[in-house]
Amino acid sequence: MSAAAPDAAAGGTLAGYNFAYLDEDTKRMIRRALLKAVAVPGHQVPFGSREMPLPYGWGTGGIQVTASVIGPDDTLKVIDQGADDTTNAVSIRRFFARVAGVATTERTAEATVIQTRHRIPETPLREGQILVYQVPMPEPLFRLEPRVAETRRLHALGDYGLMHVKLYEDIARRGEVEISYNYPVMVNGRYLMSPSPIPAFDNPKMDRMPALQLFGAGREKRIYAVPPYTSVRSLDFEDHPFRPARADAACALCGSRETYLDEVVTDDHGGRRFLCSDTDYCGERTAER
Amino acid sequence: MSDDPILEASGLHLRFGAVAALDEVALRVWPGEVVAILGESGSGKTSLLRVLSGTVAPDAGEVLYRDAAGALVPVHAAGEAALRRLARTEWGFVHQNPRDGLRLGVSAGGNVGERLMAVGARHYGGIRAAAAEWLRRVEIDPARMDDLPRDFSGGMQQRLQIARTLVTRPRLVFMDEPTGGLDVSVQARLLDLIRALVADLGLAVLLVTHDIAVARLLAHRLVVMRRGRVVEHGLTDRVLDDPQHEYTQLLVSSVLAA
Amino acid sequence: MSGWALRTEGLVKTFTLHLQGGARLPVLDGVDLVVAPGECVALAGPSGAGKSTLMRCLYGNYGAEGGRILLQHRGKAVDLTAADARLVREVRRETLGHVSQFLRVIPRAPALDIVAEPLVARGMVAEAARATARALLSRLNMPPALHALPPATFSGGEQQRVNLARGFAPGYPVLLLDEPTASLDAANRDVAVALIREAKVAGASVVGIFHDTDVRDRVADRLFTIEPRPEASRSAA
Repeated sequence: MSAAAPDAAAGGTLAGYNFAYLDEDTKRMIRRALLKAVAVPGHQVPFGSREMPLPYGWGTGGIQVTASVIGPDDTLKVIDQGADDTTNAVSIRRFFARVAGVATTERTAEATVIQTRHRIPETPLREGQILVYQVPMPEPLFRLEPRVAETRRLHALGDYGLMHVKLYEDIARRGEVEISYNYPVMVNGRYLMSPSPIPAFDNPKMDRMPALQLFGAGREKRIYAVPPYTSVRSLDFEDHPFRPARADAACALCGSRETYLDEVVTDDHGGRRFLCSDTDYCGERTAER
Repeated sequence: MSDDPILEASGLHLRFGAVAALDEVALRVWPGEVVAILGESGSGKTSLLRVLSGTVAPDAGEVLYRDAAGALVPVHAAGEAALRRLARTEWGFVHQNPRDGLRLGVSAGGNVGERLMAVGARHYGGIRAAAAEWLRRVEIDPARMDDLPRDFSGGMQQRLQIARTLVTRPRLVFMDEPTGGLDVSVQARLLDLIRALVADLGLAVLLVTHDIAVARLLAHRLVVMRRGRVVEHGLTDRVLDDPQHEYTQLLVSSVLAA
Repeated sequence: MSGWALRTEGLVKTFTLHLQGGARLPVLDGVDLVVAPGECVALAGPSGAGKSTLMRCLYGNYGAEGGRILLQHRGKAVDLTAADARLVREVRRETLGHVSQFLRVIPRAPALDIVAEPLVARGMVAEAARATARALLSRLNMPPALHALPPATFSGGEQQRVNLARGFAPGYPVLLLDEPTASLDAANRDVAVALIREAKVAGASVVGIFHDTDVRDRVADRLFTIEPRPEASRSAA
């Protein structure tokens, strides 16, 4: 195990911990996995997920990926369901501030590394930015084929008929595909991938995104990636094309009709408001008005 | 009809411990031909079917498949990817228990459409139309396309399995006791359907059965197996009406007359 | 065309009954039969002499223990006893037809399709095949209502007429008829006789077993008598 790295950004790191918490060998192992993942877009790469100071299911995969790629000059943004101010986003942001001493921000445009749970920021990302997704279940075929050995074979052979059958069944039963989040995508025309539980509405943002997209699943011990400008297509049928869905309403704060909205219940009498889920974007728009 | 066999197996050996499941078995099947492998339990007929379809590797011998392009594919040396492609396109498999060949939680239409989707069909309406046509061909009311197979009778499930298998128009179909376990009247209907489809589509079929009546009705040629060996083979009516081998004579004489 | 369409040379048929300790049952002992195109030969001999056995050998249903069975098939002489299964099927499809007493019942197939089947196998379009079948069944006085029904429920005479139609529709160069008029009434016997005569005129060779001597005399050009074997010899396996 490596010694604690004394150099850190202004503010200093926690004594007794390596920069960004993980030891250098672990970072090297994770970076190797990331390189493999980037080389084969959408393909799940196993990695030695480490014990982290928070339980499985709370973002350990995303944190390990961020810890492996973040450097002292980076600026980190962390969002949870689009918001910077939820408990988990705050905790993770503070964690990295302490163990890496990096600058943090709530402005998407100012961040170099963005760790996210369940949303892609509304502000379009640019080259040089890294988006790190927290992934609970990396296997898109999980509910259709529970056997891991079999799903690995299906991915290796590119045999994805099973998923198309699921889409067919949805359309036959309900007239439309019923998947509203974690909508399966085809990456680079080769691998079927779970985009993580982001709303289907966000899927189009992934297609040819200029930023690097990294995915970490800590409990399942898998890493995958989508390099910049890679094709990401949501599965559909020619006569039932994919349609990103959002609530048919405007944000109560900024008035946007293009962003993904959270529905907030305001009282016991059925009152509700729709608000942008992306707090940074909403705040910017409101400020401009 | 070409002169080349669509499937050629030679020198097949397979042991399970001390038991010889296959002992120097050779077989050839031509396009458009139905060959029945007749035998009682323990004869090796199911092992033979598994070896021929690439499911189980023999201890010795080889199986060669001549694909649609005329190329010879060594079934046990071709690799899993090639075999799976074959299994999805040029081959079909009808299991004795239809539940082994169906997705019970997927609608009838989805079951029939799956092979189409697996080879790239992406038009929902087209897939549905093809599924409806095949359900009709196997005498299932297309109105039941969205029903689950677990709500079907055994005979209907078996017919659904056949539709699911034939939708990609395979050239060679392996059938393992396709009417086993079904009521007699249901069997008759199914056999008739298989007979008609085989003739219409020019299918080559390898059929494993212990039922002589099924063999007589469906097969052009018969291979009689006992304890892993082929004891007699030839034209179906000749083997059944003029059996030469002692075991075949025993089998034929054992059939109960209706 | 050569002088013969079907001939046997020293045909031997012996059954070995393994279940009876290997008892040997010789039935045919060197049969030499020659049938010319357009000729009808009636097999004669007492019951059990081997007439049906010979017919089955000629159709390839029984194998032969010795001798040859030669047929003019696709312009060449083919030895049926040495032919593999595929060749026998090809011969049966194109050259050799048979009408037997017992219709092998295919469950649920309508009579019309059973008659049309050999025509379709020879490449005829389904609709044309069914039209031919319909005409022939009507000639045999089968009411149209029966055409769509499976023969399993038919009377003996009705089944026999389906057999006849199926055997005569394709126009085989060689026809084997095993009791073709059993169970038929006088009117249909006449139709059967007419069919046989027309086949002969068209050049077909016919070999038949006719228990009805009246029919036999109307169609057969000569008799071929099969003498029964002396007491079947019993020898250890």
